[in-house]
Amino acid sequence: MTINRREFLKTSGVGLAGLFVLPETIHPSSPIGQDGYGILYDANLCIGCRNCESACKNRRDIPAEFEQELDADNWTIIKLYQDQENTQIYSFIKRNCMHCVDPACVSACPVGAMKKTADGPVIYDETICIGCRYCMAACPFDIPKYEWEKVFPRVQKCDMCADRIAEGKDTACVESCKIGALQFGKRSDLLIEAHARIDNDPANYINKVYGENEVGGTSVLIVSKVPAEKLGLPVLSSSSLPSLTWPWMKAVPGVAFVVASLMTFLYWLTGRKLKVEVVEEIKNDSH
Amino acid sequence: MTAISQSKGSHQFGLGTLLLGFLSLLGLVLVVYRWFNGLGVTTGLTDGRGWGLWISFDVFCGIALAAGAFTIAGTVYILRLKEFYPILRPTVLTGFLGYGLAAFAISVDLGFPHRIYYMIYNWNIHSPLFEVGWCVMIYLTVLALELSPIVFERFNMKAPLKFIRSITIPLVIFGVILSTMHQSSLGTLFVLMPHRVHPLWYSSIMPVLFLISAIAAGLGMVIVESTWSFFGMKHKLEVRLLAKIAKVIPFVLGIYAIMRFSDLIIRGDAAFLFAVDKFTFLFWFEIFFGVILPIILFSLPSVRRKPIQMFSTSLLVVFGLILHRLNVSLIAFSAGSYAPTWLEILVTVGMIAIGAFVFTIASRYLPVFSHPHDEEVIKNPAVSSPE
Repeated sequence: MTINRREFLKTSGVGLAGLFVLPETIHPSSPIGQDGYGILYDANLCIGCRNCESACKNRRDIPAEFEQELDADNWTIIKLYQDQENTQIYSFIKRNCMHCVDPACVSACPVGAMKKTADGPVIYDETICIGCRYCMAACPFDIPKYEWEKVFPRVQKCDMCADRIAEGKDTACVESCKIGALQFGKRSDLLIEAHARIDNDPANYINKVYGENEVGGTSVLIVSKVPAEKLGLPVLSSSSLPSLTWPWMKAVPGVAFVVASLMTFLYWLTGRKLKVEVVEEIKNDSH
Repeated sequence: MTAISQSKGSHQFGLGTLLLGFLSLLGLVLVVYRWFNGLGVTTGLTDGRGWGLWISFDVFCGIALAAGAFTIAGTVYILRLKEFYPILRPTVLTGFLGYGLAAFAISVDLGFPHRIYYMIYNWNIHSPLFEVGWCVMIYLTVLALELSPIVFERFNMKAPLKFIRSITIPLVIFGVILSTMHQSSLGTLFVLMPHRVHPLWYSSIMPVLFLISAIAAGLGMVIVESTWSFFGMKHKLEVRLLAKIAKVIPFVLGIYAIMRFSDLIIRGDAAFLFAVDKFTFLFWFEIFFGVILPIILFSLPSVRRKPIQMFSTSLLVVFGLILHRLNVSLIAFSAGSYAPTWLEILVTVGMIAIGAFVFTIASRYLPVFSHPHDEEVIKNPAVSSPE
């Protein structure tokens, strides 16, 4: 139902909206990040050792304690899915920022503290953040977390080790994964790799690369034998979220101009009407 | 003038005013406490629920309910319906207080309150919130200027008064533009979140729905605050004027209802209308009491003749808007569980109290309610009727 709804937006919704604002087409996903770097997570290879979690925290000098959920300190986490009826069916799932190709948080942030770099990571600038938390609401993956206990809290989330990538290194989590469940590379290469793994072993993989099309594509890609929604990943349409709001934002100057013209015209019109009335009044008086 | 009743003013502060003063003070103290102790200690907000009562009520409802200011200013100065002048000043004052308090609430809610002005030089034109922020900043200035004659008159400052009057028309037009932009952008803000807002409220035309519902509720607030100040502060009550406003509201609400339902049907989500769950109930509750019932009541001439009935019906319109904004941003907004803390509630109560308190004080000491010589402002050669 929700998928239907979202696909409807593109056609009927924006079509109807077009009646009220300047007609506008969906803006294409920004090319930035399309061929940036990404991470491929293969849930079938993951053994749940959680080395990636420790490596992530070591990089930031945070004591490596295992937690249940993502929070300001836990930028990545390994969770276990187990089928309720047949406990033999299980899968690990690594959760962290998906680094969307056209991220909702980047479009939402009023001061541009969230940025999608050409390398692929979605990064956060704590020096200009005003703390409005629109990014947290906008994220379809519930990724940005907050330092609630602090007086001046920062938003915290995986930055795909943007500093390490700039130095030509893999991300800390990928480097720590000795089993090969995590792979770092160009997103386009990883997509080919992901499809190859599925094609080579169709019995053990569902035929879907999660992140290939979700909200316009994400830099983090996931393959697994258990459907994504069972692993706690949201079911999302293929249109990016900013493509829903951009037509409206783009129309703002046009709407402002139309309203300004209309108001000026009305002001002129009502003034003219009054003048006409005065002239008629004078005529009537002179009779 | 059309005043049918005028009671005698009292010069002492009533118990109500003192209570408002106390609640305002309590709210301010708690705001300071929150600024020094952070959001985690003081609010019920969590990682799963980043926006709570302050954003949903103080900001989203506060701004929408202040929409009467641009509507009435446009009516008086652009449509030149001079007869509405007596309610212009209290309406603009309400608007100024509404926006001022919304901005204040934002500064209470922000993680970095001292960076509230960063938006001035850090731009993101893709963000609806960026646009709302800018519009609110500018519009607050416009409202302050529109309101400034009240102060200039009080202290008999001729030069600034003359200047403000010379730019009144551009100011009012600018105010209408800004209001159209940000009232609708508050809706755009939620267009970004189809994964959060329940299908009965989510719509790609939310910007238009937000604007129209704000106009309806803004007009409702005009009736509410005029009647309120009549009872509380013994000002004259412009029943005939209010009745004219009451007559317009069903049309605005009607357009709103038609758009909302046709959008639901076109989107293919009409099935939710007949589902059996709390959201369907909430939706019908909101639509019946906040839209349908006011349309029916305001269409009855007998209701429009009686101040108390107009007042109650306007309260329904205002209540409908509040419920809509709360539903969109809090109740039918899929996120972590949340219950506001006492501090959050008392701060919100404090904000409302500050608004009512300042309104009371201002109308007592400043010429908020019409002055005969103000009306020269409106150059209206046709209307020279002696009153």
